[in-house]
Amino acid sequence: MKNTKYIKGHFILLFSFMILLLGSCERSFSDDVEFATFPANGDVFIDNFSAGLDYFPFVDAGADPEAFSVETEEVFSGTAAMRFDVPSFGNGFVGATFNTTANRDLSGFDALTFYAKASQSATIDAIGFGISGETNNRFQTTLFGLQVSTRWEKYVVPIPDASKLISETGMFWLAEGASFEGDEGGYVIWFDEIRFEKLGTVAQPSPAIFLGQDVSEQAFDGSSLTITGTTQTFNLASGINQTVVIAPSYFNFASSDIEVAQVSELGEVSVIGAGTAEITATLGGVLAQGSLEVTSSGSLPFAPTPMQPQENVKSIFSDLYVNDTESNFSPGFGGSTTQTTVSSNNGDAVLNYSNNNFTGIIFENTVDASPLTFLHVDVYVQEAGTQVGIQIRDIGANQMIETDVNTGFPIGDDVDFRFDLTGLAVGQWTSFDIPLSGDLASQRNNLGALILVGGPNFLFDNVYFYTE
Amino acid sequence: MNKKSINSRLLKMRFAQCFAIILMGFIYSCENDDTQNVTNFTRLVAQDEFDVDGPPNRDLWRFDIGTGENGWGNNELQYYTNRSENVIVQNGVMLITAREESFEGSAYTSARLITQDRLEQEYGRFEARIRLPYGQGIWPAFWMLGADIDENPWPAAGEIDIMEYRGQEPTKIIGSVHGPGYSGGAAISKEFNLENDRFDTGFHIFGIEWGPNYVNYYVDDVLYNRITPEDVTGPWVFDKPFFILINLAVGGSFVGSPNEETVFPQTMLIDYVRVYENTDVN
Repeated sequence: MKNTKYIKGHFILLFSFMILLLGSCERSFSDDVEFATFPANGDVFIDNFSAGLDYFPFVDAGADPEAFSVETEEVFSGTAAMRFDVPSFGNGFVGATFNTTANRDLSGFDALTFYAKASQSATIDAIGFGISGETNNRFQTTLFGLQVSTRWEKYVVPIPDASKLISETGMFWLAEGASFEGDEGGYVIWFDEIRFEKLGTVAQPSPAIFLGQDVSEQAFDGSSLTITGTTQTFNLASGINQTVVIAPSYFNFASSDIEVAQVSELGEVSVIGAGTAEITATLGGVLAQGSLEVTSSGSLPFAPTPMQPQENVKSIFSDLYVNDTESNFSPGFGGSTTQTTVSSNNGDAVLNYSNNNFTGIIFENTVDASPLTFLHVDVYVQEAGTQVGIQIRDIGANQMIETDVNTGFPIGDDVDFRFDLTGLAVGQWTSFDIPLSGDLASQRNNLGALILVGGPNFLFDNVYFYTE
Repeated sequence: MNKKSINSRLLKMRFAQCFAIILMGFIYSCENDDTQNVTNFTRLVAQDEFDVDGPPNRDLWRFDIGTGENGWGNNELQYYTNRSENVIVQNGVMLITAREESFEGSAYTSARLITQDRLEQEYGRFEARIRLPYGQGIWPAFWMLGADIDENPWPAAGEIDIMEYRGQEPTKIIGSVHGPGYSGGAAISKEFNLENDRFDTGFHIFGIEWGPNYVNYYVDDVLYNRITPEDVTGPWVFDKPFFILINLAVGGSFVGSPNEETVFPQTMLIDYVRVYENTDVN
């Protein structure tokens, strides 16, 4: 067999030379050319590990390697099934990938299917295929939140675009565990008859980027933006629309103006010039819902370098200072239209707000600003007349943000101080030093959030509390 | 005789398939049931190949317009129109399109074509080649009603459903007869499930062979049901002329309403409708 492949290899080489020689004629490969392919074996675990399959628990991430075993009592069909004992909270989790040592050609299939049951009705956090260290998970496909019942049922994880899967090793992976006290744990999940199949009923593809939203971002030379929310949805024989979260490499991306922005196969958007470009994507010839409109003003100057010594500063967002706390920059308030990204301006991180009505920066740990007197923030805008309202919130001893939902004002033990960033010059950074006054004059030992109102488009840098 | 009836559809198959089917024909002939009435339906008497772009052929098709009574008796949600937005012949197929739009008090529009007073026939082979739409609440049908329905109201007039389909079950179609004592939910029905394929991704042939005391149902080259007077729980009302209906309903008691995942517009593509007569009755 090996000898045969070797000969075919030579044959292809020979053909390549012929094509080189005839290059000017723009010939393509003849139908007679046979490319070497990997075996089209779809079996993953039927009654034992299929050819070349091995178990790789995510030990480094805290998975319990003992959670997996081969079961011979509780099987759907045949003699054996896979068994996972999901630990109770605090004792690790089920997390592993099953990969083959020899690559497989999965291009003839349209789904990964398996039978599963659990000792209690449960939701598997993530399950799919395409984990591969060699390719950096180039074609990873994940079904999140798969509900499993206490009886054997068949489940389908559709392949986003099988034509890409000609050399695969990541056959099956899953992650499930108790992520908080009271979350489901201490139960068993069984899998049987895990295989790639050609069902013929996986249809009506509806791919999406940005979860189908049309996103607009302001950017500048050197900005790097990432295409997120990449999904594929198929209608299955059961009539349900099954969505899987997929790696960007399944898509073909396009930029309407490559002088402004370019996209890599990994979905990284590089902004290289002034102007506007629309980024769109197709998957298997189907236009994806969702898009990215990038508007670049060209080169962005750096914000002024902060001059305060570190010991006088408790920083929230700055490349110069050590953070006093990590923060959540996309809290996802109900009714918020804001898109927040952390962009790189030639190595300097800036906070990029688009289409803001209201959002916040939520501190993971409260900041004791008792010895401090000012909040510093640098703001950059591209449109005249832009104003941003900033509300510095002390969330009190109970460590909870308490807001009157009708007025937006703090209630309970919360207080705030509000300040409008106005007079913003277009195309340059404006620095503000906001005094911690008003109600904060007497209570600022539990600063918990900055609420940002209006704009709608602006950049922030160097957000920190300090004293002179 | 059974072998002959299968042979009538052989022309469309490839040689390899032909060979297998011929073999099967021989095997089946060993079990031939002499009590079956098997007929040949080879004389084409009416057809619409949808080869002329524009509105459907007026000599064959009429339109039902509006919402009927109680959504055509089924709480259907659509308003039927004859607008080109809802029905048009293009590129060799007739397109019936269900749209989500506010129209004359309804939330959806679509179309329903009937051959009443244009083509009415007793017995025969009635078939259409159709690609179906999909999604929760989508209800296309290719069916027939007794031509005396205006004087002899449903269900006494009789109904033969050659193909009904729920958009939320894209691999299944249903063939039924309705008559007095066996109508609506009590109709005599059988489902056909397509293996390793579905009805919204390609064209399939839906047909009946209808003769005295039987209706045979088939999809493509598969005969999947036979209904005779012994199967119905009331009088047999299928020895008289019927006319054809093709429609695409939205919502209604048979399918339930569309939901937020139902994609609109949805289009049913009809490649042809062909009607044959019996040439020989056993």
